[in-house]
Order: sequence, then C-alpha cells, then structure tokens
Amino acid sequence: MADEKKFAGYICTGCGIGDRLDASQLEMIATREGKMQSCKQHEMLCSAEGVQMIRDDIADVGATHIMIAACSRRAKVEAFNFTDVAMSRANLREGVIWVRPDAPEHQETTQEMADDYIRMACAEVKYMTKPSGSSEQQLNRNILVVGGGITGMTAAIEAATAGYPVHLVEKTGALGGHAANYYKSIPTRSPYADPQDTGVEKMIADIEANDLITVYLNSSITKTDGAPGRFSVDLATESGSTTNLSIGAIIQATGFNLYDPSNLSQFNYANSADIITNEEMEKLAKEANGGPIKRPSDGKPVTAVAFVQNVGQNSKADGQLPYHNGIGDLIAIKQALYLKELNGDDCDTTIFFDNLRTPGAAGEDFYRSGQQKMVTFTKGNVGEVVPGSTLEVKFKDLILNEDTSMQADLVVLDVGMVPNTGPDPYAQLAYEETEDEVEKAKLKAELDVAPPSILNLDYRQGTDLPHLRYGFTDSHFICFPYETRRTGIYAAGPQRRPMDMRQAADDAAGAAMKAIQAAENAGQGRAAHPRVGDLSYPSFRKEGCTQCKRCTVECPFGAINEDEQKYPQFNEARCRRCGTCMGACPVRVISFENYSIDTVGQQLKNVDMPEEFDEKPRILVLACENDAYPALDQASMNGTEINPWARIIPVRCLGSVSLSWITDALNSGYDGIVLMGCQKGDDYQCHFVRGSAIAHERMSKVGDTLQSLNLEPERVEVYEVAITDVTRAPKLINDMAETVERIGLSPFKF
Amino acid sequence: MSDLNKVMIEKYRTSFLREVEANVEEGEWVKMCMQCGVCAGSCPLGKHWDHPPQEIFMMIRAGKRDEVLTSDSMWMCTSCYNCIARCPRGLPITHIMHGLAVYSKRLGLAPQKQPTAEFSQIFWDNLMKKGRVNELKLGLSLYFKDGFGQGVKNAMANQKLGQNMMKAKRMNPMEFFGGHGVKDTSGLQKMIKKAQEIEDAKVQGKG
Ligand code: SF4
Ligand code: SF4
Ligand code: SF4
Ligand code: SF4
Repeated sequence: MADEKKFAGYICTGCGIGDRLDASQLEMIATREGKMQSCKQHEMLCSAEGVQMIRDDIADVGATHIMIAACSRRAKVEAFNFTDVAMSRANLREGVIWVRPDAPEHQETTQEMADDYIRMACAEVKYMTKPSGSSEQQLNRNILVVGGGITGMTAAIEAATAGYPVHLVEKTGALGGHAANYYKSIPTRSPYADPQDTGVEKMIADIEANDLITVYLNSSITKTDGAPGRFSVDLATESGSTTNLSIGAIIQATGFNLYDPSNLSQFNYANSADIITNEEMEKLAKEANGGPIKRPSDGKPVTAVAFVQNVGQNSKADGQLPYHNGIGDLIAIKQALYLKELNGDDCDTTIFFDNLRTPGAAGEDFYRSGQQKMVTFTKGNVGEVVPGSTLEVKFKDLILNEDTSMQADLVVLDVGMVPNTGPDPYAQLAYEETEDEVEKAKLKAELDVAPPSILNLDYRQGTDLPHLRYGFTDSHFICFPYETRRTGIYAAGPQRRPMDMRQAADDAAGAAMKAIQAAENAGQGRAAHPRVGDLSYPSFRKEGCTQCKRCTVECPFGAINEDEQKYPQFNEARCRRCGTCMGACPVRVISFENYSIDTVGQQLKNVDMPEEFDEKPRILVLACENDAYPALDQASMNGTEINPWARIIPVRCLGSVSLSWITDALNSGYDGIVLMGCQKGDDYQCHFVRGSAIAHERMSKVGDTLQSLNLEPERVEVYEVAITDVTRAPKLINDMAETVERIGLSPFKF
Repeated sequence: MSDLNKVMIEKYRTSFLREVEANVEEGEWVKMCMQCGVCAGSCPLGKHWDHPPQEIFMMIRAGKRDEVLTSDSMWMCTSCYNCIARCPRGLPITHIMHGLAVYSKRLGLAPQKQPTAEFSQIFWDNLMKKGRVNELKLGLSLYFKDGFGQGVKNAMANQKLGQNMMKAKRMNPMEFFGGHGVKDTSGLQKMIKKAQEIEDAKVQGKG
C-alpha cells in the first residue's frame, strides 16, 4: 500500500490557456503517453475550488504523484503547495502561450510546445518521490559564537534575547576585543556631531548577567565536527582541560588584526614613540582619563597632531593592503575631536587625506562637525615623517601643488584592518593534491605564513571557512552576506570586510538570525539558504560508486566527507541541495528524491522529436532556477517571443547538470543546447557560490563529446545569465535557433 | 606696513584662518570648504586668475596670509554667483571673495593699480562727495585715472556711447557742474566716519 503510486494530472484552462491550446489533446497526451491514471481540467486551477479538487483526490483517491499543467512553477506556489505528494509542473502559461504569438499560422507549433511540456512534466513526476526530510539531526538550539569582540558579543546577546542558549568563546582573557581599548566610538545617532560612548562595558555586564550565555575565556577550538543541528565542538579551555559542546549552529566573529606599518620606512613608525597607529591613539585617549592627551615620549600634553591617512592601504605595493579600510577617515575625525575635547580648541589637528571617505549614516554630518570644530583637512600626500623632539611631516599639498611640511608633536597613522580568519582551506587541499613540484613549493610557501586554524573543522575540504580575497571569508556580500561556504557556520564583522562597530553590530544581528534559522531548519531536516525548507537531500547508491572523489571535491559547501572505506559520506544538514555532486558523479549514482539524473533526463527524452524532413528543430535549454528561469518568466510577462523549437527545463544550479544529459540530448536528435547559469568568478552571483563555475569547467569537456559525434561546436552554448537579463535570456535562445537554421539540423534524428 | 596690519599679525599669529573668521565677511565659512573644486570649475573667470576660490580657501587654511591678502584674485570676482549656486557645502563664496578684498584693502595690502580696486575707490570717493553717485564724473574719473592723455583717448573711444546715453536721458551733462546729492551731505559724511571708527575699533579688538 505504502509504495503504491497513483498518478493524477491536472490541466488548467484559465489565464487564456484553454483559449489558445487544445486542452483535450493535452489531456489525452497526459493519460496515453504520460500514463497519468486520471487527468482533470479546471477553468481556474489555482482557485480555492480547483485546489480543493486536487486535495480531495489526494485524500480520497490516494493520488501520490501529481502533474499540474498551468503556469510557471514559480507562480501560485502557495496555492499549489501539496507537501504530502510528489509534484511536477508543466509551464503552459509563461512557457508557452505568453511567448508565442496568437495567430493561426503559429497554432501548430504552439500546441506542439504545450504537448511536449505535458510529456516532460509527466515523465518528471514519474521519477520523483515525495521528499521525507533529513533525519540525521535533531533540534539543537545551542549557538556557538567564536570571538568576544563587538561582533561576537552582539551576536551572543541577540541570540540569547531570542531565547537561544549561547556559548561564547574568546581566545584572550577578557571580552570586548579591540573596542575595549577605545575611548569613544563614531556617533550612531543624529546629529552625528560628537564621538559617543562605546557601550562595551554595558555589553560585557549584560553578557555576564545573562543566564543563557556561557563565556569561555582564554579558550580556543581544537575540533569542529558534524553538521548544523549536530556540531560537536572541542574547546581547549583556560584550565587546560577540553570541553565538548553539542551545537546547533555557529557564528564566527573573529574580527581583525591591525596592519603593522613598521616596514613602511618613510613613516618611521618604529623610530619614534610619538608616531603611533590609530589604535594606539585610542589607548592614549583612554589613558588620559579625561585630562589632556599626552605624548608617549615625554608625557607632555600634545598641541599639534597630524593624522596621516591611507597608510599602507589601497596599494599595489608588496606587503601593503590592496584594499581600503573605508572607515579610517571617520576614525581620524573622531580622534581629532578627542583632541579638541581633551586638549582644547587650540590643539592643532590636521588630517592629511587624498580621497576623504566618510561613508555611512554618520559620514557627512560627522565630517562637517569636524570642520565646524576647526579640524584642518589638508588634501596632501605625506612623503615622510621625520622623527625628533618635534616631528616634521613632509607633504605635497595637492591643491596648492607644492612640497611643504608641518611640525607636529604626535603623528597618527591610519592603518587598515586585516581579517582575522583561519587559513584558506583550498590552499591546503591544493597542496596535498598537486603533483607539480613548482606549484607545490609555491603553495608550501603560502601555507607556511598562513594563520593558525580557528575552527579546526574536521571536514574533507579543510579546516576553516573558505576565503574570497585577501583572507576575507567568502560570502555574497550583497545577496546573502552572512552565509559562508560552510552551512550552519555564519561569518559576521570585519572578517567579512572592513567595517566599524555599528556595522559590525548590524552584521552580528543578521548572523545571529541566520544561525537560529539554520538550527531550526536542521531540526526539521530542511535545507538552509537558498533552498530554504527543501526536504530533499542527496543520497548515493554505494554499489555503483567508484570512489572517484569528484563529489567530495566539488561540493561547494564541503558537505561531503569520506568515510574510512573512502566512500562519500553525505552530511545532510551541511548540504544546500544544489546538486553539484549529482552533476559531478561520472557514474550517476547520486540523486535526490525529487531531483535526479532521471527527473531531468527523462524529460528531455520524452520530448517528441520530429523527423528530419519535418524541418522542426528542437533546442534544449537548461536554465538555472535562481536567475535564468525567473528572467525567462519575466521576459514572458513582458510579451517577449521565444522560439517555438525551445524546450526549457529548470535546474537547481548549473552545477547539477550532468554531462550525460548533454550526451543523451545530442544522441536523441536535439539540434542545439543552451545552458544558462549564474555569473561565476570573484564577483559571482551563483546562489551556490561555485556551482556555475564548476559547471563551466565541466562543460568545457562537451567539445570532446561533440567531436566524437562529429557535431558542430556551436550546437552547445554555456552562458552566464543574471535575473535582470530579461531581454538577453530569450535572445540567447532565439540566437541558437538562428545558429541551427544556419548550420542545419542534427543528423541524429531517428 | 599699515598699523592695522601689524596689529593683526600680532593678534592672530598662529592662525590666519581665525583672523579671516573674525574679520572677513562670511569668513567663518572658509573652514567648511571640502576642496571639491566645483567652484573653481564653475567660475567663468577663475582660470585666468592666480587662485580660484577653492585655492584661496586652501591657502587661508594653510596660513598663507601674505599671498592671499596681496592677491589680485578676489578683486577679479564679477559676482556672477555661479559658485554659490553650485557649492555642495553651501559656502557664500562670492561674499567671501568680496569680504577678503575689503579686508585686504583695509590692511593696505590690496595690490596697487588693480583696476577693480581703483574703480571701487573712485566710486566710493564719488559717492561720498554728495551722497549720490554722479555718473558723469564717475565715468570721467575712470577715464582719466591714468593721466590726461590716456583719459582723452578713453573718452574718444567711448564718445558714441556717451552721446547715446545722453540722448536716452541716461546721463545729464549738467551734472558736471555740481550735480545732485542728498539733503545733508555733511551729516552723511559724519555718519560714515563714525561707522568707520566703530568698525576699526572692532577689528582691533578695542570696540
Ligand atoms: S554538492 Fe550541493 S547537493 Fe551535493 S552535497 Fe554538496 S551542497 Fe549538497
Ligand atoms: S562522484 Fe559518484 S562515483 Fe565518485 S565518489 Fe561520488 S558518488 Fe562515488
Ligand atoms: S561669483 Fe566670483 S568667484 Fe564665484 S564664479 Fe562668479 S566670478 Fe567666480
Ligand atoms: S565648491 Fe564649495 S566646497 Fe567645493 S571647493 Fe568650492 S568652496 Fe569648497
């Protein structure tokens, strides 16, 4: 009884579908070819009545597999939300009638398109089973926060406020991080005129008073194992003992280190106690204890201070930071105002800038406030700071175009933030795997200077969060900033990008929310971002596996480990359900309950392939469901025409595309294939980070297949398509139709 | 060096910016310039000057007192207001330019033989005689400011203009003999003199 499958088809004739298409023919195809045991038409399937009809069939007739032929699978998702069955959808509205002209001469090809989408949806649902959800883990509400600075403390407080127990690990002996030594912070409230209290002491007190937060000082993580909902974390604590924690989700908030300007000889940082970094300035101001700020060398109150901006930043030179801090100028304004406050209005404060950047809410107002209070802003390049009892700052005035100098008794260098992250896990892997001696030596050199691990992940793909650039953790900084490439581990604060305390606090709140979501989703066996709520997960047929390791290597999220016998070991809650492993597996043994080599492979095989002399080409389009497919839907809403030869199948990620689909399609007579994924590379838009990039690499091998079949290379095109490519996406398909027209039909039609 | 100039140098030794703030009309705005250069790019004349407004403001902040006060630049401003209309920081640039000119003149630092400065003096003297501008005399003094020969040349060159102005009743040749004025000329002169004293005292910190 349990495995008895009952297939039911439903065809909506609303939204003009019934007027444009022959619904009884569609129904006949669904039952005769698609083998639906029943097939019903409804004039508005998404209405309460239509939905009830389906529900009744599920309840009374016991339908287990349903095929809905109506609008795009992206439309009416709330109405067609049948969680207790397997379901496929044929896109007759956005996919057919809206992209084809309503004219008698187009009637035949339009109907053929619809017929095929029915065949495809029937084939798809036949190979699906209802996802049951991962049961590898249970609800574990414990949140681990790594790092006790502003970011970590905020994350801990936020998570605890939401009612989740927090374990806060700090490697030093005190909470507060860098900010604990700050005199004041950049203002966060209107009128943004004066530096404000950092609030660090209150945060520490709040944490100490909070029963839900356990703080581990002088502690570090020696091992992290498991997955969201069942992380097992070993802590080496103060006393030298090891504590094991069972954790639902993790927030890494390890912050930053300050760039060391010692090697920039022109600034003589190492040669004078009165040439200091911006962070040392904070300490001086704090130590002044409300009195005037004093020179480190002789303890005299300072009367003239030069702030040298952009030191060792935004530079291509070796050993300097290739990026800009972003907030250094706000810090300089803040510190100049310390001097106006503590040392009097007459204290001469000059900020040497080239491009003054004051981003954020405080920005412009705070800058004006500095000017109002007579901080001098000089557009100039400082060439040298000469040490001595009075320091001489030599600079080129960029407005007056002259070389000149000023005397100061304290010079503050604006040095940048360096992310405090663990080593790049892929550098380790590359080192282990490469056989090229030169390459190995190069990687060795990199690894030798790599920082120690922070998380000590016991993952196949390395010990720490993957990097994007310059050591910052990889995430999509616009679309999904707190996500990392390790599911259930969220990055927040300056380890993601340079930022100030306020931004770090916002970041921490976001990451705390993501961590809570991840723990809850894992508890219910559901996926995290971007397929939130997806209950399917990948599994593999062990008998067929050749232990080739493609899946364990290519998974963008390091979800798959290798067991003792070298078989892949899927950690379901770490998996984002992108299908990249499925696309990678050369023997096609990886599948999801509702997405597999067959659910797509059978769709493309069930398209009715016209004989060669019919002169009706067929173009297969595999479109990423995150960007390309929505772009095509949008184009359809705009009334853009799509060539009637196209048959479009959405895929979870281009990374899930198996070469076997391409080979099958070419062998069964498709004349052209268009693959659409998201933008790859450093500025990727791929929702699965590396999926599109991996697919592009994989598809570079299609050339061999084409050659072996003696087919023209232009029959297969791989594109990067953004959700905004509403005009371009349909054009790429139409271009392929033109290409086929030019080079002729495929000889593989039988 | 004028006495006032000496006094000022002494008083504001450390900061020319503060001197400007205290003594130049709208001078307290100078510190708010963010050096964007929009004024310099907008000024139709600035590129012909030694220092467009942006540079003048930077020089004030850099303490270049002599260079600023003896500069010819602020005298060249035609009050077109382009810069004011465009300055993103809302600086009343035109007014500051004129304020600087007035201050430099008061200190005796304004450049000699600067045509706008000379014209301003002629205008002032003309006005102070009767409390009304005598346009005929103003024109003639301007023509003859560089001596008799040059004056005749100037007058000849503008002969047609003069005739047309008379025809249109824009200029009255009878003004040459005295001309119109306010009722109480000496009262006006006294008033102005007093105002000047108050102003000078204020500048010197005695008022
Ligand atoms: S490749 Fe994608 S689907 Fe496969 S295990 Fe990794 S995250 Fe999951
Ligand atoms: S890719 Fe397929 S064959 Fe290779 S290890 Fe993974 S499951 Fe096994
Ligand atoms: S008002 Fe003066 S300074 Fe301003 S743009 Fe016009 S001429 Fe230049
Ligand atoms: S436009 Fe205004 S802010 Fe910009 S340089 Fe000129 S005076 Fe300064």
